[in-house]
Amino acid sequence: MKNKYSIFSLIKNAFSYHENWEKAWKDPEPKKEYDAVIVGGGGHGLATAYYLAKKHNMKNIAVVEKGWIGGGNTGRNTTIIRSNYLWDASAGLYDHALKIWEGLSQELNYNVMFSQRGVMNLAHNLQDVRDLKRRTHANRLNGIDAVYLNTEEVKKFCPIINTSQDIRYPVLGGTLQRRAGTARHDAVAWGYARGADEMGVDIIQNCEVKGIKRNGDTVEGIETTKGFIKTKKIGVVAAGHSSVIANMAGLKLPLESKPLQALVSEPVKPIIDTVVMSNAVHAYVSQSDKGELVIGAGTDDYVSYSQKGSHDIVEGTLNAILELYPIFSRMRMLRQWGGIVDICPDASPIISKTSIKGLYFNCGWGTGGFKATPGSGDLFAHTIANDEPHKLNAAFNINRFVSGDLVDEHGAAAVAH
Amino acid sequence: MFLINCPFCGEREQSEFKAGGEAHIVRPKQPTELSDDEWAEYLFMRKNIKGIQFERWNHVHGCRKWFNMVRDTSNDQIKAVYKMGEKPPIK
Repeated sequence: MKNKYSIFSLIKNAFSYHENWEKAWKDPEPKKEYDAVIVGGGGHGLATAYYLAKKHNMKNIAVVEKGWIGGGNTGRNTTIIRSNYLWDASAGLYDHALKIWEGLSQELNYNVMFSQRGVMNLAHNLQDVRDLKRRTHANRLNGIDAVYLNTEEVKKFCPIINTSQDIRYPVLGGTLQRRAGTARHDAVAWGYARGADEMGVDIIQNCEVKGIKRNGDTVEGIETTKGFIKTKKIGVVAAGHSSVIANMAGLKLPLESKPLQALVSEPVKPIIDTVVMSNAVHAYVSQSDKGELVIGAGTDDYVSYSQKGSHDIVEGTLNAILELYPIFSRMRMLRQWGGIVDICPDASPIISKTSIKGLYFNCGWGTGGFKATPGSGDLFAHTIANDEPHKLNAAFNINRFVSGDLVDEHGAAAVAH
Repeated sequence: MFLINCPFCGEREQSEFKAGGEAHIVRPKQPTELSDDEWAEYLFMRKNIKGIQFERWNHVHGCRKWFNMVRDTSNDQIKAVYKMGEKPPIK
């Protein structure tokens, strides 16, 4: 049993200069065999392992990670959490996650710094206004909080926005989800890792998957850089590298992996206390607890695993940011980076069984996976443990690309993909 | 950001081009005979290779012509550029 983090443990450890804190997770070598192996130690993978152990009593499991946990897209996203999606299937999926977020710090005994500061989405033309009003109504019918704001209300909620009607893309209105917000991305991975480790899950870092061993249509195990691991169930949560793993198993997925860029500014005093996103001009911004502006740019349109992305994408985003927030005109950017996101043709994820028995995929989250981390883990764990999807992820099966029953969130979600 | 040697215009910045995805996916000859699985394969399933990939590009802010390219997607290095209808110069 791990020591509980509390004010008392903080005081106790202060007496030994914080040098004797218990390790949050072990660093084991892989065993020869597990009941299930999760490939990918990001937030989604660690959450999957956590819920497999906690809700489905599968304790003999491992998470294998090629680098270090939380070092991929978990550490590269802009930490926005919301559930204001248009379609019923998406609304159910993302609001399930949001409900778990609301109690996650208490459940994990780990402060994930979940902050319900609200997410506002702007409308810049009449079609935007119609779409956003439609989405607001759809959200409310699904029990998701949403309000439509006119230009004055947008200005009141976030006073630094330029609401002049003379700019190239004037602000005509917006939607607001007050339960939405941000969380500390690293803490989510670390909190789930600590929780899973406590229940006996092996978290194996620096262990890259090199091959998937099959016997006919059934999986037998994985080849890794730390040797062969025998297992009957493999859950792949490899984000941008999902297709690479799928190819090892002889599968093709409906995915394209592309760079998605983000950047942060130098830290400044609190200036924006919410998250503002704009679909039409593709700019979104929030402020971290350190004071940096966190800015999300768009994806490049070509397949790449280089984690770079093009300069013109960043330039386009900053143009839009500066027109909407003239106050930022002299801010300097500190860092820029890219993450590789796996995008489905319908911009919705896949949480599904495959044609190979024992091989499960959780992928296709594209540009918006972070917000779904707890829900994704919970539903993927259910799918792996029962070999059947939960009703909330049934629509997100891989067969929808054969049946044509797509969950077409392209442009229907609150942000451009 | 990288430079692309358009077979019609010469070397230009990548931002002048539009990526058209995986190349050499052959349109079905008998679309009415296709099963749902075959349609899914043609429309949606992609190799999405990390490494040498054959792909289509369009010089959308230039000559607006389509052409093929071989590129290493792990580091964005271009290996070859060739015109539509031509055989790939490397395997």
